[in-house]
Amino acid sequence: MENKTDLTQDNINIEIDLFLEAIFQKYGYDFRNYGKAHIKRRLLHRMQLSKAQSISEMQYKVLYEEAFFNLILKDFSINVTEMFRDPSFYKNVREEIIPILKTYPFIKIWHAGCSSGEEVYSMAILLMEEGLYDRTQIYATDFNHQILRKAKEGIYPISKIKEFTANYQKSGGTKSFSDYYMAKYESVIFNNELKKNIIFADHNLVTDKAFAEVHMIVCRNVLIYFNKDLQNQVLKLFTASLLPGGYLCLGTKETIRFSEANIYYHTIIDNEKIFKKKLQLESTGS
Amino acid sequence: MSMQYKAIVIGSSAGGLNALRTLLTMLDADFKIPIIIVQHTSPSSDNYITTYLNDLCKLKVKEADEKEKIMSGYIYFAPPNFHLLVEEKFFLSLSIEERVNFARPSIDVLFETAAFTYKEKLIGIVLTGANHDGAMGLRKIKEFGGLTIVQDPKTAEVNSMPLSAIKATKVDHILSLEDIGELLISINRNFL
Ligand SMILES: C[S@@+](CC[C@H](N)C(=O)[O-])C[C@H]1O[C@@H](n2cnc3c(N)ncnc32)[C@H](O)[C@@H]1O
Repeated sequence: MENKTDLTQDNINIEIDLFLEAIFQKYGYDFRNYGKAHIKRRLLHRMQLSKAQSISEMQYKVLYEEAFFNLILKDFSINVTEMFRDPSFYKNVREEIIPILKTYPFIKIWHAGCSSGEEVYSMAILLMEEGLYDRTQIYATDFNHQILRKAKEGIYPISKIKEFTANYQKSGGTKSFSDYYMAKYESVIFNNELKKNIIFADHNLVTDKAFAEVHMIVCRNVLIYFNKDLQNQVLKLFTASLLPGGYLCLGTKETIRFSEANIYYHTIIDNEKIFKKKLQLESTGS
Repeated sequence: MSMQYKAIVIGSSAGGLNALRTLLTMLDADFKIPIIIVQHTSPSSDNYITTYLNDLCKLKVKEADEKEKIMSGYIYFAPPNFHLLVEEKFFLSLSIEERVNFARPSIDVLFETAAFTYKEKLIGIVLTGANHDGAMGLRKIKEFGGLTIVQDPKTAEVNSMPLSAIKATKVDHILSLEDIGELLISINRNFL
């Protein structure tokens, strides 16, 4: 029984594929292997807001209006983040990983999908308190240039500070959180000192090459938006960018267990999704 | 005509744990239709609900994993602080996008994406709760020809969520928890 909703639904799925293809060809951003349910939700929402009659109509718009594309990029990228999100993750990094990183003369950390920077400044604070920041280079990347600009500024609404402070304390912070920022009107700006060893850069995990050789990669709550194939592809990129013995940190709901990358890693802290790249691939064992 | 339903989605909020216990413990191990649930919780809550219900239920109760295949014999819960979505080809996926109806997980997000995937082969159920999450989602399920059920507001611990759902669409059944359970059991007999 093929009724009208079925037909419309089939067409919508075709239209979405064409829409993503158009974006890829015109702007080089590749969303074709993102989770379809997520993409569809965002597009139908945008269709309603922009009063378009169909996705095809939006396809025309996205090809001819760059401003509209930027809106779509924002819709797809989900920039929701917070400082010391999942405090127990930072606590574990502080207690289990930092002592090992301290044995290196110099370390490099890559935050992939850093959004507006909260996660990066959290790490900078942690490294400072552990006396490691001066020996660290942090690369913070995202494919959304609009959000990267915010990350560089390090200015956040004052309304968020209560939550950030609570997270910081739960994560094992040793100072007074207010030492790290200055309040101004409705905003807080984080200290320049935190920024001095951070390089913010535009990098697309889907279409760009390996970034650098690093000791730790933090990529949290980004892979959940990719389908399995794309997850495998990006994990391969991470494995190529990590030094042997380096750490891969994913979001609490992300894992490498069922991916092709699994053989290259030991699980260090399962709950926090912290994995360590093997020194070399053994022929026996897991 | 017996309809072959492929999945059940349930949304509950305030009073939900009691309601879910009553409903889910009625189902036997031979209950074949997978069940996917959004119960509103605080962002920092642990996996208490799933552990608790898994001990009481004959079906397997678990928190949904990222890109997990939806399977018969399982009851899946959205993890605290994540939206739960149904993907094409019957996979589950998670998102930390903004709250919807002040909620993450949101019932509407689950219902809407499940309706896209399962179309008329879906059963949507709205239980007790103090807001209106789930109303729009249930309407979507109805639009696609799925079966819509709402807990009788008179029997709900908090009635605003059932009332909003009833207002939003012409629901197929308004029933007590026990009657919802009986209905599901009889539908399951037709499941191949
Ligand atoms: C939900 S946020 C996660 C932010 C932060 N890591 C956290 O966990 O709080 C996801 C981020 O991934 C970025 N992103 C999505 N696809 C990407 C891609 N292909 N390359 C680089 N960044 C991407 C988005 O722009 C967004 O800022």
